[in-house]
Amino acid sequence: MSTSNIETPLIGGPQPVASNNEDSPLNGVKVGVVTFPGSLDDRDAVRAVRLAGGSAVHLWHGDHNLQDVDAVIIPGGFSYGDYLRAGAISRFAPLMEQITAAASGGEDALPVLGICNGFQVLTEAHLLPGSMIKNNHLHFICRDQRLRVENAGTSWTSDYAEGEEIVIPLKNQDGQFVADNYTLDVLEGEGRVVFRYVDGNPNGSRRDIAGISNAAGNVVGLMPHPEHAVEAGFGPDSSARGTVDVRGGTDGLGIFTSVLKKLVG
Amino acid sequence: MPRIVVDVMPKPEILDPQGKAIAGALPRIGLTGFAGVRQGKRFELTVDGDVTEEVLEQARHAAATLLSNPVIEDVTRVEVLEEGAS
Repeated sequence: MSTSNIETPLIGGPQPVASNNEDSPLNGVKVGVVTFPGSLDDRDAVRAVRLAGGSAVHLWHGDHNLQDVDAVIIPGGFSYGDYLRAGAISRFAPLMEQITAAASGGEDALPVLGICNGFQVLTEAHLLPGSMIKNNHLHFICRDQRLRVENAGTSWTSDYAEGEEIVIPLKNQDGQFVADNYTLDVLEGEGRVVFRYVDGNPNGSRRDIAGISNAAGNVVGLMPHPEHAVEAGFGPDSSARGTVDVRGGTDGLGIFTSVLKKLVG
Repeated sequence: MPRIVVDVMPKPEILDPQGKAIAGALPRIGLTGFAGVRQGKRFELTVDGDVTEEVLEQARHAAATLLSNPVIEDVTRVEVLEEGAS
């Protein structure tokens, strides 16, 4: 029944996905997406980068070469089956050593985004403080989640306004963010709580924290999945930015356009 | 072959949802004598040869870096297991 004249499939491998902005300067920005054994959302992250207007580069965890990418996304999934602890084994992957070194350089350091399992990897790698434990209710949870953008000054959030709310999917079992009170106070005091859960805390995370950044703002981790809310027809049923059609939510796209604009600017 | 045992437990102040779920299940099978349960992890590192101080130090290093996350867990034991013990 399809009468679409789109030449490329909407779902599929990363190659056929066309950018919305072929002539955009953002096209020159290369965002790497790391695949570990057990990564699930790497294709979705690649797709999100392209829909935002950038160029995506597949990175393999066992390589030693970052392929001159301008930013890196560590996607969701269950790297190494979540054996030992979520993200614990991935931290020692060869490519993670390169990423950790490149991300630790201050203002001009490599922008790195960790989503869900990627957030867990970033805490295990000590690029972000704290840790994730099982959800306080012990259930895997999957729902559209409302968040507040608390800090619009990071490399990954500048396309949002401070205090703006967004709706993106949440799906995890080990999503409860924990840290000691001193660390939590530092995060709050330095404005490094980037996303906070709104309308109820889904997993017992300390102080309703859904996402944080490092001190320089180039490394951000969050549990919910912005890459699943970037294209009308394939997103959540709701948005915090106005009425949308069924599956029409695209509130996550700003994460990816933020980093592209920062790198071009 | 000799074994080194490493025990890792969730920190006391960290909520242990798995232990809590187990504690909730005990009364359901009629066991009411327990006030709580904490679930930890036990690792057994098998050594090919003698357990030298150097090997033991490697085990301690493994326990502190890979086997545990100091944000949420404590290493409560790194010990050579006597032959025949379990």
